[in-house]
Formats: sequence, C-alpha cells, structure tokens
Amino acid sequence: MITYRDAMREALREALTRDERVFLMGEDVGAYGGCFGVSRGLLDEFGPHRIRDTPLSESAFVGAGIGAALGGLRPVVEIMTINFSLLALDQILNNAATLRHMSGGQFSVPLVIRMATGAGRQLAAQHSHSLEAFYAHIPGLRVVSVATVADARGVLWPALQDPDPVLIFEPAALYNTEAELPANIGTTHIDRAIVRRVGTAVTAVAYGGTVRVAEAAADALAAEGIDAEVIDLRTLRPLDEATLLESVSRTHRLVVVDEGWRSVGIAAEIAARVAENAYYELDAPIQRVCTVEVPIPYAKHMEEAALPQTADVLAAVHRVVR
Amino acid sequence: MNADRAVLDKDERIELLRQMVRIRRFEEHCVQLYSAGSIRGFLHLYIGEEAVAAGVLAAIGPGDAVVSTYREHGHALVRGLSMDALLAEMYGRATGCSRGHGGSMHLFDARRRFYGGNAIVGGGLPVAVGLALADEMRKRPIVTVCLFGDGAVAEGEFHECLNLAALWRLPVLFACENNQYAMGTALAREHAATDLALRAASYGMPAWPVDGMDVLAVVGAAQRAVETIRGGGGPCFLELRTYRFRAHSLYDADRYRDKAEIGQWVERDPIPSLFAELCASGELRTDDLGRMEADVDREIEAAVATAESAPFESIGDLTRYVYTERS
Ligand SMILES: Cc1ncc(C[n+]2csc(CCOP(=O)(O)OP(=O)(O)O)c2C)c(N)n1
Repeated sequence: MITYRDAMREALREALTRDERVFLMGEDVGAYGGCFGVSRGLLDEFGPHRIRDTPLSESAFVGAGIGAALGGLRPVVEIMTINFSLLALDQILNNAATLRHMSGGQFSVPLVIRMATGAGRQLAAQHSHSLEAFYAHIPGLRVVSVATVADARGVLWPALQDPDPVLIFEPAALYNTEAELPANIGTTHIDRAIVRRVGTAVTAVAYGGTVRVAEAAADALAAEGIDAEVIDLRTLRPLDEATLLESVSRTHRLVVVDEGWRSVGIAAEIAARVAENAYYELDAPIQRVCTVEVPIPYAKHMEEAALPQTADVLAAVHRVVR
Repeated sequence: MNADRAVLDKDERIELLRQMVRIRRFEEHCVQLYSAGSIRGFLHLYIGEEAVAAGVLAAIGPGDAVVSTYREHGHALVRGLSMDALLAEMYGRATGCSRGHGGSMHLFDARRRFYGGNAIVGGGLPVAVGLALADEMRKRPIVTVCLFGDGAVAEGEFHECLNLAALWRLPVLFACENNQYAMGTALAREHAATDLALRAASYGMPAWPVDGMDVLAVVGAAQRAVETIRGGGGPCFLELRTYRFRAHSLYDADRYRDKAEIGQWVERDPIPSLFAELCASGELRTDDLGRMEADVDREIEAAVATAESAPFESIGDLTRYVYTERS
C-alpha cells in the first residue's frame, strides 16, 4: 500500500532521476518537506540546486518557472494551494498560456505546475475552494485533476513530456488515501477521461475529490439495483468529450458531481456539451450536484452542508432514474 | 534599539503583563482543545510573540483600525474581542465573532474596527492602505495598524502597498512581526537583504527595527510611530524582531530549526522579563504572577463553558451573508 502523498513523491523522484532538466521549486518544498509532505527527503537526495525553496512570491516563482521552461529546463512548480495560485494567475494566464500563440508558435512553455485544491479540512474560505474551473477556462493550458493514488504516481511524467504548460490539481483531502499500486503502473493519460466503474442506468461524471463521492453513491445505488457508471474526467482541459458522449448514449441519464460552484463552472460545461451533442440521447434532465454558492464556512456542519455529499448524488440520481 | 522604551506608570505596565499572560494562557488552552478535537482547522500559535500585540496595540485608541493575519489570537484579544467570542468562533458556533464561518484564521469585529483575520499572506496590506486612504480623504485623524509577518515582505503586494502608502502619505502603521521564519523558511533563506526596516525605508518612510521581546520597547516605538502618522507624516514601518516558540501550526513537525536556537529566544521570553522588572522595582511580588494566571484561567474556563453550550448556526442559514440582505 502506498499513500497518494508518497505516490506523488515517487513520481517526482522518478522525474528528477530520469531527466536532469527537471527541478522542483516552491514554498517550503525543501527544508520543510512540502506543506503536505510530498517532497519530504528530496532535498537531501537531490540537493538545493534542484529542490528549490522559494520565498512567498507566487507571481515571481511561477513566472520564473515559465522563463526557465523557455530557457530549456523542465520545471515542476509547486504552489501550496489553489487559493494562493491566484497571486500567480497573471503569470499563468498572460504568459504561460499565451506565449505560444502570441509568438506565432515560436515559443512553447513546457512547464508543470502542481497545486493542492479543495475543502474538507475546516480551513474556511481562504483555504478551501475548488477553483479548477478558472484554469479550465484558459486556452493554452492543459488542466489535469488527480483522483487516485495510481494517477498520482502516473501523471507527472506524461505531464513533463507535454510541450505545453500542464496544471496538476491534487485534492488536499486525498493525500492520506492509500491504495495498492500494480507492479506496472503504466501511463496516466492526461488527455483522456477514464471510466472508473461501468454501469448502464446513469452516468455520474466527477473529477478530483468528487470521484470518491460518486463512487460511494454508485455503491449505494448498486444495493438498490441501480447500475451507475462513474466517469473520472481527469483532464478538465481539453475535455474528453468522446468518452462522455459515448457513456451518455448508453445510459441516457447524466448527473455531474463537482466540488466547484454551480454557476459558470465545470459541471455547467459538461452539461452544455452533452446538451449540445447528445440531446436526443437523454431520457431525463441533466442534474448537477455542486458546492453551494457560498465561500466555504469553517464550522464542520456548515462545511459539510456546503459540499457535495453522497446523499446529494443519490437524490440527484433518484430524480432521473425511475 | 532601546532608546525608545516607553515610560509608563505602574498600572499600565501591569496591564501589559496581564495582556501577555492572557494571550499565552489562552493559546496553551487552545492546544488542549485542539488535541481533544473541540476546535479544528489550522491553529497558528502566537506564543513568544505576545509583546508585539500587547505593545503595538497599546499605542492606538478605539477609533483606530487594525488589520490582522491568520496568527491573530493575540491581536484580537488585545484589541478587546472577548475570549467568549473567540472561543465560540473556534468551536464553530453561531455566537462566535464571525458566526463560526471564519474559525481561528478569520476573526472579525466591526465594532472594534478589527478587520480580520486574513489567511492569504500579504492579503491584508492593500486593505490597510485602503482603510487609511478613506481616513485621509475624509480628513479623519485615524491610524490603521497593519500586522503581517516577515514572509509577507517577499510578496509583491508588500512592495506595491508600501509604495502607494508612501506616495500618498497615508496614515498606516506597517507592523512587521519578524519572527525569523515564514513557515519552515528562515529569514536568510527567504530574503536577499534581511534588514527589513532598511528595505521599507527605501520607499520613503520612517522605518526602524524594534526589540520585539521587550514590550516596553514595542510600546515606545509604536507610540513614536503613531505620533508621526497622526501628525500627517505619512506611513511608518516597524520591524518587530520576535520569535514564535511553537511550530508554525499544529500540523508542523518543526524539523527545520534546532532546539538551541529556540532556547536562546525562550530565555528572552517577554512575560518573565517584564515580570522580573516589575518585581525588581517592587511593583509586583513573586506570587502576583500566579494570581494573575489564575484569574486568566477562570476567564478561559468560563469562555469554554459558554462556547460549549452555544448554539450552532442553522444549516438553513448557510447561504446568508453571501450578499448583503436587502429589505
Ligand atoms: C499567498 C499565500 N502563500 C502561501 C501561504 C501559506 N502560508 C501560510 S502562513 C505562511 C508563512 C507566513 O510567514 P510570515 O509572513 O513570516 O508570518 P508568520 O506565520 O511567521 O507569522 C505560509 C507560507 C498563504 N497562506 N498565502
């Protein structure tokens, strides 16, 4: 058994070993071992040249990652959490995502940015939001959300092989989860959704932290004799529409489970794609289970009430399956 | 550095001691409540840094404004938020100072002009500049105290804000709590130039370092800064050199600094230092500290009891306070 955290560290170790152009930088990634413990030990192993502690300067060190990528390196930049990535949003959007296009294809930015996301730890609004939709909105980025231990182990190398900027989102609530890794883990596709559970009665689409919510709902539904298919989007941009449409064409029902807010979010995008392309396949209205439209509160009962819960998914499925 | 030591009467100095003891005991108690699972989220302790809150906030009046950080229990207590309101907040109760929505990192009190409680490093600085801009434009003789750590000095916002405040001569006291670390990163590993006061001075404002372990030095410096600001002199910057005795938060294993270093700072603990001074001058007796602590403990116990019996906010009210309620 290996934890999500350790799997991610293994992936970093592998990348640092395989390619000398790879280096890791971010706040407290070195001496402290990473705020979630992901990089613990890597400073001793690879030295301060390649495991670089940065000051609290998100805009500067993300921008520097862009420059280093242009300069021929393969930086992995860690931003402690998605909440703080907003200080670097200008660099990510105005530089990383656009340089290739603005330069008429002359420059690409082979940069990987990793960050934790999501709620569930009673850290209140400024530490709990799921803002993946902000990034999935931006052409020029590849946006990947990692829901399982196996993907935590497998996502980094393909991301580093990508010639364009790749953002990797790690739900903070998953770092302690454990799983057995197969001897040959294979590659995590960073351009394809994955069917986590095959079913025929309804398609439940999720990503990141909500995959396990959808899976728990599918378990409960199975006990009722309702056979739910669970799709993990995995890549939020570009969206793997084919997997989505194929599934809905079989199940004829769609429930989207998204830890982001409902308005103008990823669930809205999924719903729109299916409505645009598979409208006549639908036997029931599309349902969205999202975070209530509030900044996430601190108090536990309020935080839980704000976040998508298994019961909410069950209720949504019951609305579309009879 | 100590030329600035404030000359205060006996009662004022005893009050400073009492405030520091309140913060210390409160937080020691919070650790127990955290271990027991009564309070959750992040818990950032201020233990060791009490002289900064007690000293800086003693230099301002009730009409002034305070902008704080996530390490703010001390700031809130000295500013006059009750232990009841703080603990209820950390318990997630509706009677908390932020109705249980904020937790330890987001304490607010409009009546006391306590503007949070900000868990984005450097996030409070622009707010402080804006509060001061409002006062300056409306010609109110008010000072905004902005508290933040050495880590925040590396953020772009710090530089943007100091420039703006100096350019417009805004009434802000930038109170930098230099506790030598930003999480696990030591000062010299986060700053190319570690003399933070010197860097602030380059923006064109009075700025100087202060012994943050000596509460009377802190009061003296803050009084001088506040006087300058109220006199229309524009912003001031104090670099309060202090130390947190505990880890960054209760999630931190504290592996990045050695015990000997911590020990050196603990020797300069601001509480026993001031107490010894008051004893030496005959103003307090050796058993007075124990009595003071016992009083504070009673205050804490009462607050715990109040918090534990306080109601939770109804889930039906989850979406309240997102927008202003319109009648
Ligand atoms: C913009 C941003 N980046 C990173 C963090 C994570 N973080 C929280 S506190 C902290 C250290 C801050 O150090 P400092 O400003 O010196 O204040 P101290 O904690 O020492 O009081 C970090 C890195 C954050 N909250 N906000």
